[in-house]
Amino acid sequence: MAVEAKPLYSSKATEHQETNAEELRKEHLMLDPMPRDEMNQMVMNAMHTTTKKYWVFLIGFGLAVVVLLFGAWGYMIANGMGVAGIRRPVFWGIFIVTFVFWIGISHAGTFVSAILRVFKAEFRRPFTRAAELMTTFGLAAGALYPLIHLGRVWVFYWMIPYPNARWLWPNFRSPLVWDFLAITTYLLSSTIYLFLPLMPDLAMARDRTTGWRHAIYKVLSLGWRGTEAEWLRLRKAIGIFAFAIIPVMFSVHTIVSWDFAVTMVVGWQSTIFGPYFIIGAILSGVSAVVTILYIIRSTMKNFDYFIRPEHFDGLGKLILIFSMAWAYFFFNEYILSWYGGEEALKQLLTLHATGPSAWVWYLMLICNVAIPWLFLWNKKIRRTPWIMFIITLLVNVGMFAERYTIIPLTLGHQRNPFDWGIYNPTIVEISIVLGTLCLFIFLYLLASRLIPLVPVWEVQEGQMSHTFRKVGKTEIPSVTELE
Amino acid sequence: MAEKEGKEKWGMVIDLDICTGCQACVTACSMENNIPFVGEDEMAYGRGMQWMRIRRYWEGEYPEVAPAHEPMLCQQCGNAPCEPVCPVFASVHSEQEQINLQVYNRCIGTRYCANNCPFSARTFNWFDYELPAPMNSYLNPDVSVRRRGIMEKCTFCVQRIVKGRQNASASGREIADGEVVPACAQACPTDAIVFGNLSDPESRVSQIARSDRAFRELEELGTDSRVTYLKGGKNYGS
Repeated sequence: MAVEAKPLYSSKATEHQETNAEELRKEHLMLDPMPRDEMNQMVMNAMHTTTKKYWVFLIGFGLAVVVLLFGAWGYMIANGMGVAGIRRPVFWGIFIVTFVFWIGISHAGTFVSAILRVFKAEFRRPFTRAAELMTTFGLAAGALYPLIHLGRVWVFYWMIPYPNARWLWPNFRSPLVWDFLAITTYLLSSTIYLFLPLMPDLAMARDRTTGWRHAIYKVLSLGWRGTEAEWLRLRKAIGIFAFAIIPVMFSVHTIVSWDFAVTMVVGWQSTIFGPYFIIGAILSGVSAVVTILYIIRSTMKNFDYFIRPEHFDGLGKLILIFSMAWAYFFFNEYILSWYGGEEALKQLLTLHATGPSAWVWYLMLICNVAIPWLFLWNKKIRRTPWIMFIITLLVNVGMFAERYTIIPLTLGHQRNPFDWGIYNPTIVEISIVLGTLCLFIFLYLLASRLIPLVPVWEVQEGQMSHTFRKVGKTEIPSVTELE
Repeated sequence: MAEKEGKEKWGMVIDLDICTGCQACVTACSMENNIPFVGEDEMAYGRGMQWMRIRRYWEGEYPEVAPAHEPMLCQQCGNAPCEPVCPVFASVHSEQEQINLQVYNRCIGTRYCANNCPFSARTFNWFDYELPAPMNSYLNPDVSVRRRGIMEKCTFCVQRIVKGRQNASASGREIADGEVVPACAQACPTDAIVFGNLSDPESRVSQIARSDRAFRELEELGTDSRVTYLKGGKNYGS
């Protein structure tokens, strides 16, 4: 076992080592260790504290799910798809927009957690769980849409390959079947990936609870005792999953983009959609992580300690980079289409920028490009949680507008002018869209009180490997790597 | 799915130079195929269910304008974009007639096929449409009535093709040219729509399709459509 220690964080002044070390401690969670039991108690406290406000919100969102989502969906099933605003030629409307949006949101959990884990980015430690939960619940909300948008949802299982009397299999050439398989794979693997690092924390919770909670944690922690052999296997499993889930994540959004890219629709048929969608998904997902971290930090007990400005800072940098990458792909798509010289496509691109729905297009550019580029350069802004909350919320509004531009606004412009059509979502559609948002929030609220939102053992592990080492007269913060 | 060469390959020619845009084909098609009437508001919103539509354009600059009509229906593509995208094989190619079929009972209503159709030829049952009595008694018994939530489109009156084949085989012969006529061609007062078997080079439809005026809609997409349009001669009255 090789032990390697390397210096961390450029410590500026060498003259005032004392104050410097103090500042670093205040700044970085990893350098600000806390007794293990105290930290465990903090997390348990956060889980047990339920204010009156919490119950109001929980019940409110629960009711909203019942009414907005299932009520409106039931109404649509009973009456027909016609209660939605879609029409020829816009056969896919805001349902598919929201579907792509949720799948995009679900990307960041994995991105933040797996990629930062693989690259050993230490600042990831306190928020991996919050991000992974977002993946699972984002998928739960998004995976409803392939069902919601069906004309005959009661026979949805015909898309599943199952043995039947007619010897009919689904059409494996259809991107919708790829979608179905990719999303199922992603949901299963991301749930396992969420569960693996959760086990030691569930065991921790099991040892500190009684009653029904104890019973649940006892089952879920699978008899975790914390022996050396268990840790070894857990680390190995997490290592495998962190690497294996990255290609799965890439494949899922590429496949979602193929729903559009493999068609003959003007403006959809594009070779760049795969990476373009992935970058967009990561941009919106990382932004959503920041939004959620802000909400968790300001509503849950003791989270000031875990989530610090350094985390908003780090994620803010990521958002800025992905905003630039997104802008690059956006520009790329335009320039390729323009040079291609196809008349219908040229008209379409002009229509996006000048047509009756041009405000959606400008909203997209302002929220996805202008706002991150103008504000996220500034370290002060990146370190101010509430400003980051607003910026990241706006980025997601922009990403929704992007999907809206790509789906209904593009479908409305066919090759033949006689077929053009304008689409506006109806109240039923908007209600269902809001309903899935409420579902996401509801599940998250529920989970925040049932499972430790901070991976305690990972934070503790990180804190143990971070130490101040004396090099000459200077104290340098360093991280030890156990390989 | 690659097409196999068979005895039948049904096709259509529509002469735009003699089409008057009278909509008789639209009406006849609706009656033949039990197409529901959706009402004025829905129609205006773009949810008309007609399998056959007349696209109307204006030619020239005001005040020198003349209307141009183009009957648009499913082009029964040989290489159809709607087929591979359907997850449940509801949009399939028929081996015998070499046309594009929609299996109503199999359709689950993803509407993907409709998005991928460059001709916007497919229609969707947004609601269950009811025909008030006594109009429900003149539904065509040869054509199934569709329920809400599924796609449908022009079938080249496949029920008439089947009937023609059965009649022919009952009397022990091949289907004669002009024996099978879809409702739209039957109703056309100017005989602008000609229907027949394209695999027979001597059939009337094959001969007309070889005209100098022939073109196919969006041919550059390579969908190998079976409907040929004729345009370029003198208009009646111009």
